[in-house]
Amino acid sequence: MTEKVTGVEEHADPHVELVEENGDMVLNMGPHHPSTHGVLRLILSMDSEVIGKLTADIGYLHRGIEKIGEGIPWQGFMPYTDRIDYLGAMFVNHGYALAVEKLLGTEVPARAEYLRVVADELNRIASHIICLGSVTMDLGAYTPFLHGIRERETINDIFEEWLGARLTYNYMRIGGVSFDLPSGMKQKILDFLDGFEIFVKEFNNLISFNEIFVKRCANVGVISREDAIGYSLIGPNLRASGVDFDVRRDQPYGVYPELEFDVCVGRGIKGTVGDVFDRFWVRIEEMLQSVRIIRQALAQMPIGPVMGKVPKKIKPEKGLSAHARVEGARGDLFTYVMSDGTVNPHRIHLRTGSFTAFSVVEKLAPGMMIADLVALFASLDIIAPETDR
Amino acid sequence: MEAAAVIQSLKDACPEAVVAEGVNAIDPWVQVAPLSITKAAAFLRDTPELDFDFLMAVTGIDLMGLEEGVDDLRIEYHFYSYGHKHTLVVRVDLPRGEPVVPTLSGLYPTANWNEREAWDLLGIRFDGHPDLRRILLPEEWEGHPLRKDWKEGPTALGFETTRQSFLDLIRDSK
Repeated sequence: MTEKVTGVEEHADPHVELVEENGDMVLNMGPHHPSTHGVLRLILSMDSEVIGKLTADIGYLHRGIEKIGEGIPWQGFMPYTDRIDYLGAMFVNHGYALAVEKLLGTEVPARAEYLRVVADELNRIASHIICLGSVTMDLGAYTPFLHGIRERETINDIFEEWLGARLTYNYMRIGGVSFDLPSGMKQKILDFLDGFEIFVKEFNNLISFNEIFVKRCANVGVISREDAIGYSLIGPNLRASGVDFDVRRDQPYGVYPELEFDVCVGRGIKGTVGDVFDRFWVRIEEMLQSVRIIRQALAQMPIGPVMGKVPKKIKPEKGLSAHARVEGARGDLFTYVMSDGTVNPHRIHLRTGSFTAFSVVEKLAPGMMIADLVALFASLDIIAPETDR
Repeated sequence: MEAAAVIQSLKDACPEAVVAEGVNAIDPWVQVAPLSITKAAAFLRDTPELDFDFLMAVTGIDLMGLEEGVDDLRIEYHFYSYGHKHTLVVRVDLPRGEPVVPTLSGLYPTANWNEREAWDLLGIRFDGHPDLRRILLPEEWEGHPLRKDWKEGPTALGFETTRQSFLDLIRDSK
């Protein structure tokens, strides 16, 4: 006896057909799926296990942050920038501070610039560890993720003691930073860096050169140089595709010109340039460069104030606009601000790395296996709240 | 290349396109007539000396409230060249009544999503766009919230947008 199943029609999504016209099955991945790392939805048309078409559906975490910014004073927007990217809040802070400083022509004290660099690079390490950990976790290896989380915990502890927050830092100010380093913190950071270099070796032995892991990553999800530029991939995703560009070196801001570091570019060491393994490996190399930068910044840091001269009420001239670029964990973060001569901004716009990285998935997915899509998706380091803002 | 030289070469190549320029601004900009944007962008991208291969952002702005009597919508395209490391801002001003501009998604694939965002939040229509749907807000959403004259209604998507203060609730229950 067969019972008629009721209620299916009401619960089915009215926007999605269950079977395509050509007979492909429609599979709904997300918005709650372990490998999307947040609330994102992919609508896949599947021919057996091969993807025919992918439609991305974003906006589940849209909080209208740009609209909120138009209703609050310039300084008041800083805590909202934390919420845009919860793994790399420092960069969004930095980008917004830079853009407003450009409008005002504010001078930032040298010590504050060095503190910004140290905070940025520690945040970069923390963010990259999570990305690398989740690539391995999505491919079935749980342990490396936990090893990574352990190291990141130390960074969170450092930030907690230094600036009072573990994730949403609200550290940068327009014209400087909020706190100086507490006593003894310099040594703590240096100790962490010493341990971290050993950790990277361990991590590589544990997973990076693991035969199974390499086979899952090499030659999978290859993004060509043209696609990477055309789809505005930025940061490690762009460099993995062989484009030698880093905002810190090529459009320098702050004190980066005085620091020595290498820009890591994908070389296809296990397969093709621009594959999943390259994106993984570029991030590992970048973490070691960050260690180098922090050591130099701590050694060169002068004594002095950490806040420049900024009026209590910030009122940039009417009609002025400026953009700033910061090399964030997910890449070249673009911040645009426009003033209407009042204490509130007229327009704030952010173009984030996850947004553009997500758009390339629609192009790459057709013809991929669904298990490879998970690897591609993880390697692009997409953070859902950053996509939606 | 300096921004002034870039703008000059754009003016030489398509004189009818350039409407205004701001060489001394914080970010040097050039304003282009809406219908010439595809031609201007193609010139900026394909000329080897300019080589603007990277479309950084498509920013929609509502100019209402900025100047007396001006209520246009504006799009700012930020172009960058990885080869020559120079930047250019290209502006397009559109009338509020009919904000339509040709799409750049044929030249820059990334424009596809960025333009969908501008359509979603500011209601700027992109002529020839392959898939101009809302991207961040749900399809059922009414209006374009980043426009300055957009007002929040009493309900949105079936939910009330205001709620009674908690203190009032306690007072009422007594």
